[in-house]
Amino acid sequence: MSKKTDFVKFDKVDKSYDGKVLVVKDLNLDIEEGEFVTMLGPSGSGKTTCLMMLAGFETPTNGEIFLDNNPISNIPPHKRGIGMVFQNYALFPHMTVFENLAFPLKVRKISQEDIEKKVDKALAMVSLDGFANRMPGQLSGGQQQRVAVARALVFDPAVVLMDEPLGALDKNLRESMQYEIKHIHESIGVTVVYVTHDQGEALTMSNRIAVFNDGKVQQLSSPDKLYEEPVNSFVAEFIGENNTFGGEVSEISNGTCKVKLEKGEIIANPISVKSVGEKTTVSIRPERALINPKDKMDNNQKGKIEEVIYHGDHTRVRLNLLGNSEFILKVPNSSQNLDIKLGNEINIGWNSHDARALDPK
Amino acid sequence: MSSETGKILTTDGIPLEESLKQAEKKNKIKAFLLVAPLLLFLIITYMIPIGDMFSRSIDDKMVTNMLPKTYKAMENWDGKELPPEEVFEAFYLDYKILVKNKTAGKLQTQLNYEKNGFKSVLKKLARKQKKFEEGNYKEQIMKVHKRWRNVEYWRAIKRRAPSYTYSKYLKGVDMYSNEDGKIVQVSEDRRIHRILWIRTVEVAFFVTLFCFLMAYPIAHLLATLPMKYSNLLMICVLLPFWTSLLVRTASWMILLQQQGIVNDFFVWTGLVADDNRPEMMYNKTGTYVAMTQILLPFMVLPLYSVMKTISPSLMRAGKSLGATPAVAFFKVYFPLTIPGIGAGCLLVFILAIGYYITPALVGGASGTLISNQIAYHMKSTLDWSFASAMGLMLLTGVLAIYWIYNKLVGVDNIKLG
Repeated sequence: MSKKTDFVKFDKVDKSYDGKVLVVKDLNLDIEEGEFVTMLGPSGSGKTTCLMMLAGFETPTNGEIFLDNNPISNIPPHKRGIGMVFQNYALFPHMTVFENLAFPLKVRKISQEDIEKKVDKALAMVSLDGFANRMPGQLSGGQQQRVAVARALVFDPAVVLMDEPLGALDKNLRESMQYEIKHIHESIGVTVVYVTHDQGEALTMSNRIAVFNDGKVQQLSSPDKLYEEPVNSFVAEFIGENNTFGGEVSEISNGTCKVKLEKGEIIANPISVKSVGEKTTVSIRPERALINPKDKMDNNQKGKIEEVIYHGDHTRVRLNLLGNSEFILKVPNSSQNLDIKLGNEINIGWNSHDARALDPK
Repeated sequence: MSSETGKILTTDGIPLEESLKQAEKKNKIKAFLLVAPLLLFLIITYMIPIGDMFSRSIDDKMVTNMLPKTYKAMENWDGKELPPEEVFEAFYLDYKILVKNKTAGKLQTQLNYEKNGFKSVLKKLARKQKKFEEGNYKEQIMKVHKRWRNVEYWRAIKRRAPSYTYSKYLKGVDMYSNEDGKIVQVSEDRRIHRILWIRTVEVAFFVTLFCFLMAYPIAHLLATLPMKYSNLLMICVLLPFWTSLLVRTASWMILLQQQGIVNDFFVWTGLVADDNRPEMMYNKTGTYVAMTQILLPFMVLPLYSVMKTISPSLMRAGKSLGATPAVAFFKVYFPLTIPGIGAGCLLVFILAIGYYITPALVGGASGTLISNQIAYHMKSTLDWSFASAMGLMLLTGVLAIYWIYNKLVGVDNIKLG
């Protein structure tokens, strides 16, 4: 069975609330059947609006959304058959866990016997067997979250939307829930559209991530690609940590370019610069810059250590390098004896391939 | 380990449990002293008047105190035949004092309540007793009027012997205890109170219903509108609260009277003919309209406070799970507002059942309620014991409603704000 690559399709969707500002601009997005896609972005970037349009609580100002090739803009939410997990769980507080889960089945007029079977199965899936007769108020945040997930899945929807579902949980619980949701997704193969502003969450859970900013998808790709190969400086800044240098391209040839900074010059990988004289922001991941590199690297600079923060498994070092006093290094905790002390001058090296010359900020 | 020794001691050797208790005791006393003024206030302004009302409503000492010797002598009388000489003598002696003190009139009235025609008999006795000779009072009294030979009249006196009576309560529901001591209904043309009770409950019920029907959408709107609009709407809802009750009632009189603004408008739009203006005041319609408007905020506020706490995502969740908006409303939203509905209805019903000024002003003859009757007896007939009895019956009714509500919905489900 071949999977549909455009099971959910946003086709040139615009959305404006007040008729003046477009919250979502010319959005094109194809989501494959069974895929876990995360919409990631800062607040106000339009990601939740997209989810609400998909769920049917908002209508696109322009364009059309297709679900399995059917336009759905004129279908009311209750006929779309899309499951949704809300940020604050939105469990019905006056119903037991069982009644909450039975609700979508009852409105679909499914027989009592089947309801019981399906609810039991859904509860087992989120490992909450035996909680059927509790009221939501008697459950912990994590348990409520699982009930909400089970409720969104119990009626076998084609697509499940999750709107920052883990936002209200504490850090440890959030992490374990991330894996749990990921496993549930893998075992039942439902299409999930997940909204979050937490990049860690997005990276661990998704097949693909759509980074939103300013009403537009900045980059849509797999987590590793997003992290390793950001296509513009917003994505590079937003995902993970990043060291940047602003400068001007002075030479460009054969997949490398020279970028002239205020102080000094570095060799970089031209991603979005085409010609000499263009302004650019060079982005380097902290873990790609090494202290006293053994292998030969085409960028070698000297920097002064300004701050050392011990993190257990690694040490963060802030350097003043080429006029950038915010240059961060992550030094893994190893038996190797490096001379990391405040005020020391050290040699830093990185490959030009990892220094991506992106659009200027 | 301290847990093995069983008791945890504080540094100065007192068991921790005790020193905790001591510390809490101080706090408790402090808390009590803080609420003491309110408690005192409540006792003085609430409990004492209710107690006084109760004792007044069952008080029947007047006759008992006027005929002390008679009732002492009557203790051994079985009431089957005419009483013996001692009773006649005692009654003569008691009555003589009353006539002398010019308080015989009260006794005449009171006994006339008990047995029709007693008044004239007693008046005649008052005149004749001056010439009575000592001894054989039975003969002398029976000579004054032949009714003294009728044992019924003596029984009527005896019935007033107890210093407490529940007759006022019976009167409140149009009943009385007849000569034989049986409780019977008053004749049909005199059954006024029962009509008033039924009308009061009916008006209170419909006013509550109208308030609910109108307040629910308003409260919903208040809870869902953006702040700047909802504040304005809230002021509109509360505005009547800041106006005197009398002013509001009077403005309804201006609006609803036959030559009033509403009628003028109906005539102007051609809905009714000029010579056929509907009566909207001095009847139940007036009472309904004015009371609904006045009590509306008491329904809106509890509903609003409950609706405010219902997350809009619940309705969305309901819809996303496949429920039509109507189903989502009735299965999800409505059940969550029940505490507010309960509180609002209880509040409005209880206020309506004891409402006084508005029905008195706009109710006319068919729109007056039981509270107007209570006021009437307080001010016009001065039958305070009857007014107290009816007041207590009203209070009991309200408590009963509260009890039933508690049984059905549970008081802890009430949410006033």
